[in-house]
Amino acid sequence: MRRREFFKTSVGAGFAAGAALSMGGYEKLWASPAASAKYDMVAVMGGNPDSMFDIGIQELGGMGMFVQKGQKVLVKPNIGWDVIPELGANTNPALVKRIIEHCFKAGAKEVYVFDHTCDNWVNTYKNSGIEKAAKSAGAKVVPGNSENYYQAIEIPGGIKLKTAKVHEILLEADVFINVPVLKDHNSTRMTACLKNNMGLVWDRGYWHSNNLHQCIADYALYEKKPALNVVDCYNVMVKHGPQGVSKEDVVQMKSQILTTDWVAGDVAAAKMLGVDPQKIDYIPIAHKMGLGNMNLESLNIKRIKM
Amino acid sequence: MTSSFLRKFRIVFSAIVLVCFMLVFIDFRSLIPVKYINYLFYPQFIPSAVKYFNLKTVAAAGFLVVVLLTLLSGRTYCSFLCPLGIGQDVNSRIGGKIRKKFRRFGFKKPHTIVRYTLLSITIGATIIWGIYLLTLLDPFSIFGRFGTFFVKPVILVVNNFLANIFGKFDIYTFNHIDIKGFSLVIYSLPVAFLLLISIMSLIKGRLYCNMICPVGTLLGLLSKISLFRIKFNESECTRCGRCSLACKSTCIDFLNHNVDVSRCVDCFNCITSCPEKALSYGLVGSKSTEQKTDESKRRFIAGSMLMLLGVSQYSKGQDKRAPVPKRESTVKEAITSPVCPPGAGSIEHFNKHCTACSMCITACPNNVLIPSVRQYGITGLLQPVMDYHRSFCTFNCTVCTEVCPTSALNPLLLEAKKLTQIGKVNFIKDNCIVKTEKTACGACSEACPTKAVYMIPYEGNLVIPETNQDICIGCGHCEFACPTIPYKAIYVDGNPVHLAAKKPEIKESEITTPVEFPF
Repeated sequence: MRRREFFKTSVGAGFAAGAALSMGGYEKLWASPAASAKYDMVAVMGGNPDSMFDIGIQELGGMGMFVQKGQKVLVKPNIGWDVIPELGANTNPALVKRIIEHCFKAGAKEVYVFDHTCDNWVNTYKNSGIEKAAKSAGAKVVPGNSENYYQAIEIPGGIKLKTAKVHEILLEADVFINVPVLKDHNSTRMTACLKNNMGLVWDRGYWHSNNLHQCIADYALYEKKPALNVVDCYNVMVKHGPQGVSKEDVVQMKSQILTTDWVAGDVAAAKMLGVDPQKIDYIPIAHKMGLGNMNLESLNIKRIKM
Repeated sequence: MTSSFLRKFRIVFSAIVLVCFMLVFIDFRSLIPVKYINYLFYPQFIPSAVKYFNLKTVAAAGFLVVVLLTLLSGRTYCSFLCPLGIGQDVNSRIGGKIRKKFRRFGFKKPHTIVRYTLLSITIGATIIWGIYLLTLLDPFSIFGRFGTFFVKPVILVVNNFLANIFGKFDIYTFNHIDIKGFSLVIYSLPVAFLLLISIMSLIKGRLYCNMICPVGTLLGLLSKISLFRIKFNESECTRCGRCSLACKSTCIDFLNHNVDVSRCVDCFNCITSCPEKALSYGLVGSKSTEQKTDESKRRFIAGSMLMLLGVSQYSKGQDKRAPVPKRESTVKEAITSPVCPPGAGSIEHFNKHCTACSMCITACPNNVLIPSVRQYGITGLLQPVMDYHRSFCTFNCTVCTEVCPTSALNPLLLEAKKLTQIGKVNFIKDNCIVKTEKTACGACSEACPTKAVYMIPYEGNLVIPETNQDICIGCGHCEFACPTIPYKAIYVDGNPVHLAAKKPEIKESEITTPVEFPF
């Protein structure tokens, strides 16, 4: 049973009711309205992180397609490293801020932002600029530094990854918006949509030691899938990823990919980076497992240049 | 100056000092600016003396200020500035409340032989062998260890309790911090001192300060020629003995109108206790004629004596539960030297100047420092050492170098720290997941801030780590991130003498800003 759920419901309605609710009922909350979006993917180029999102989300039919009135939203950027926004190691704070604003405009009751950082979390939240940006837009910035915040979940059908501990805020949110930053990655070649999930879990060392690519694909089976993926390709780290060493590692691509299909999002992102998606093992694996479509030709894609 | 005011002043002043010290040693969120910590530590006798003899700068001469203060006013340091002394006063006060009926201090003979022997041995040993005995007996460092070992964990437990409660209502002012301890051996020494000092002060007032503490004994010697001291107005004194009973240093021989200045810590309790106002604090030699107003009863009730509380385990690192790879690693890491914190320059310098006050352990935002057991040998017991299984040294940080009161660690600018090589990376291919499991990993290279660990093509689509020791700074992030057990596939071996790392080579990228979507 989930700790937060247990506490809240048992205060209000008693133990039995609380148990019943937290055991079931999630599926309805997670019914995806994304099926009716106009495009499978919208790619925008040439603007600022926030203005590109304005246009992209409008083309998809507005944030109202994904967020209903009164819902709780988790916006999950990549906040991995203790570096400044210009170095492209973390999602652009201006983009995070604009997404949160759209969520509230669509009637979101609460918006949460968190990541399981690699560097010291206090400094990383601060120096990435995301804590400040998210708070100024009215979101709650949630710590992810302690195992205490993570709850065990099961991944039915996972080949290598059958269980994981995910942050309780993911379980609590009604809508999950995945906001990775596109980066080179020393080991998996690239990090974007699927790899961003490693920040949702506690025990990622397990992934590293048990076939990383398979684990990344396996996790995508988990039922709490993102309603929307927004890949930040504004400042793109093209080498020395995922942390980067200097500003020379970054190329300003001024682009953004919005998609409901995270495998397709990763394929498009790989092409931005100039990497063959077939060489990024977790992409073909996820495609074969039916987690998304890696054939962009068969998708309805809107491309916009600003 | 009215003498009756002195005791009140002492209580308020020392309470503020004690609270400040306590806050500094439990500040697990690094809320207190380093600047203020340095102000607070400046007049601490032993740390300042160690620093002065190392750097020979006036800026480190806080202990000389204390010497002058003592020559002027007696052992006021012990009552006003020493956190361990003030802590004992609080404890003694509690002892007095519990044992009100039958605790009377009275006049006792000094433990002359014990205290001067201990002082001589401490000074002698420090000059001949090094800082080791001082590490054990320095009151500031003892207090620091109490704060770090016993009080901070309690604060963390409270913090976690609050974090849990508030977190359930979506309030994240407090955040949960995983609690993980030092090894139990580490606790034995601080626990022994905690018991010794708290029991002594509970029953016998300032006995520890007047028998064991080398700083107390040394300042006691100096105060024998101090200008200001407690004096009797013999014509007023009725020899009622109240002053003697109130003296926690047991140094007032009221029958002979004599105060043992070498033990008097200038707490001024005697002045307040005297119904005839026959005691005063003033220039030596001058007649005591001061008229004092009647003193109200004791009002000061000390805050909770957190020192007495303690749980044995805590931490704040980013510790991860050990993952479970399919098979265990087989090659043991070949560690030749421990890793000591940046700013030390060398392990030798560090061992010579660190009094193990634990301030850096508390201040480290990543909680990578632990008190050593055997890493530096028995003489380096409790001196902080990097533990890369527990955490790693965060790249953008110099806090430990800034808070060190003894100059065991000297301040480093961030840019200098980023090029200070405290150890070197070593890769054990036979332990590496990529080789043993034939699957991708790269956790080490991902973590490396300088790319001293990078990936090169291996079999098929796989890449495997390779290292460049020249640009490695020994931060240990690779070792911490490596998921193999029981031995790591990558580890940092300490540099006995810290070296300068080369700057990572910077090349422009070949990829350019796109003008068309590549898909």
